[in-house]
Amino acid sequence: MMTNSGNQITQGQFSFLPPLTDVQITAQIKYALKCGWSLSVEYTDDPHPRNTYWEMFGNPMFDLKDPAGILMEINNCRKTFPNHYIRVMAFSAVRGIESPTMSYIVNRPKTEPGFRLVREEAESRSIRYTVHSYATEKPEGERY
Amino acid sequence: MASETMKEGKERYKAGVIPYKKMGYWEPDYKVKDTDVLAMFRMTPQTGMDPEEVAAAVAGESSTATWTVVWTDRLTACEMYRAKAYRCDLVPNTGEGTKTEAQYFVYIAYELDLFEGGSIANLTASIIGNVFGMKAVKALRLEDMRIPVAYLKTFQGPATGVIVERERLDKFGRPLLGATTKPKLGLSGRNYGRVVYEALKGGLDFVKDDENINSQPFMHWRDRFLYCMEAVNRASAATGEVKGHYLNVTAGTMEEMYKRAEFAKSIGSVIIMIDLVIGYTAIQSMAIWARQNDMILHLHRAGNSTYSRQKNHGMSFRVISKWMRMAGVDHIHAGTVVGKLEGDPLMIRGYYDTLLDTHTPVNLEKGLFFEQDWASLNKCLPVASGGIHAGQMHQLLTYLGDDVVLQFGGGTIGHPQGIQAGAVANRVALEAMVLARNEGRDIWNEGPQILQDAAKWCGPLKAGLDTWKDVSFNYESTDTPDFVPSATTSV
Repeated sequence: MMTNSGNQITQGQFSFLPPLTDVQITAQIKYALKCGWSLSVEYTDDPHPRNTYWEMFGNPMFDLKDPAGILMEINNCRKTFPNHYIRVMAFSAVRGIESPTMSYIVNRPKTEPGFRLVREEAESRSIRYTVHSYATEKPEGERY
Repeated sequence: MASETMKEGKERYKAGVIPYKKMGYWEPDYKVKDTDVLAMFRMTPQTGMDPEEVAAAVAGESSTATWTVVWTDRLTACEMYRAKAYRCDLVPNTGEGTKTEAQYFVYIAYELDLFEGGSIANLTASIIGNVFGMKAVKALRLEDMRIPVAYLKTFQGPATGVIVERERLDKFGRPLLGATTKPKLGLSGRNYGRVVYEALKGGLDFVKDDENINSQPFMHWRDRFLYCMEAVNRASAATGEVKGHYLNVTAGTMEEMYKRAEFAKSIGSVIIMIDLVIGYTAIQSMAIWARQNDMILHLHRAGNSTYSRQKNHGMSFRVISKWMRMAGVDHIHAGTVVGKLEGDPLMIRGYYDTLLDTHTPVNLEKGLFFEQDWASLNKCLPVASGGIHAGQMHQLLTYLGDDVVLQFGGGTIGHPQGIQAGAVANRVALEAMVLARNEGRDIWNEGPQILQDAAKWCGPLKAGLDTWKDVSFNYESTDTPDFVPSATTSV
């Protein structure tokens, strides 16, 4: 079990808050749409802090401007991968940004074992650190 | 016409002393070129002096002039190299009938060829090199500059930039959270790393060395670096987030700074730190190193208030912001508005815009006197540090927006339930406020209630709010805008 304050992975914008309700998620979707951003749903069973590329649950929804439709995609992803990490991302295509502008977790596995810190003693007193995800000890798709 | 004020030919170059205005440094009809470097000074002339003559003297002494006529000017394209003072306006609310003696806003244009590309040192040696000590001025302050795109393109700019920094850290859509390790001085490496670990595990993104933590008898730099990296990696494993600690590599020589930076890289740090006092050239060198080594470069503005705070003399922090974005740092301390250090809200917004915008329009209320196209230079992330706490989260988010590092040093480490609890309180307050703002709530007015609601389920936030509920720093700013928005009457 993870020993940080929420006993869970704290990536994303809202991991320190109670799990977001569908009403709260819809409000965040509306905010992103109002800013002119495109939304996207991504999932993974390898939450390593530097695992940048979670699987895409379809392409970013560039043309979908209906919050209810986007929430439906999120819920489809939750149904398909109920025990994965799922995050909602927003992307801006504006010059000077052209990068994600939001990222928040909307689904988690029932238990989050977290990570082991592997230390390799190197020259002098230096240590090479590796963050190892317990979940990845099992093959993809069989974790959690 | 310039010729009305300037003497020509043999008459102009006769040995002796003639007014700067007549030497060609005052040119009210000058048409500014897109490639000119522009500077705007707040000038207080000596009593009885003609302000335009003093303006011309500032232009002259910051470009080609000396105190007397030299015939060797005639071997050069001297008309081009002369800086031209082209505008001299009385500052509102100064001069006769006010409590302040007359001050003038002086606009000066400099030919691009006066400056070496890619060198802040060269730019500043001209612009602020001599003129601040001239007897003809009682006081002088560099208020703003317009750097032409052609010149900006000779600078690297921020080594990483806000966008790439966020991508590397995997943190989007909210301000970053940091803290400076306290006490500033005296902790051993082992004890120091404890503070770093607790704060990062609790929920901060960064912890920071203070500006004067280098390599002192109580803690040598290698020890600090090693213990901090243990803390950073432990916290990363405990939270699943990328974490960092700004390792201050400031040292007495470039060789030593490079050595410390290389070591920071070799043990896996994502960020290093330098102090403004190392000087412009050293900053540029470290920025180049940082880009080559995938390192975020944090700058502490140590020393800036020596010359940026007083309104009549020195230089505005917005100019330092511009120079530092050109010099290539990724972070710079730029004020909190609500904390313990100097800062008028509009002026600070002006600094933030200068650091973050791709294009800054003229905005006199924010102290932005020139339009500035940033020519795709990366954005530099402002850092708000000094006397801020979770109870001000709605004000901080309103004033400073998302692209900022909010540093709660005392507000984390001084928490009554411990450092981790302090970090939790800050992170919960931040996330609750961002969520509410995105939902369209009026956080300026509802902020205290939003925090109280979150405190109902978050004990550490409740304890933090109770401890700091009455702390505020309401002093009048010394550096305030000269222009306030006023209603115009329609005709």
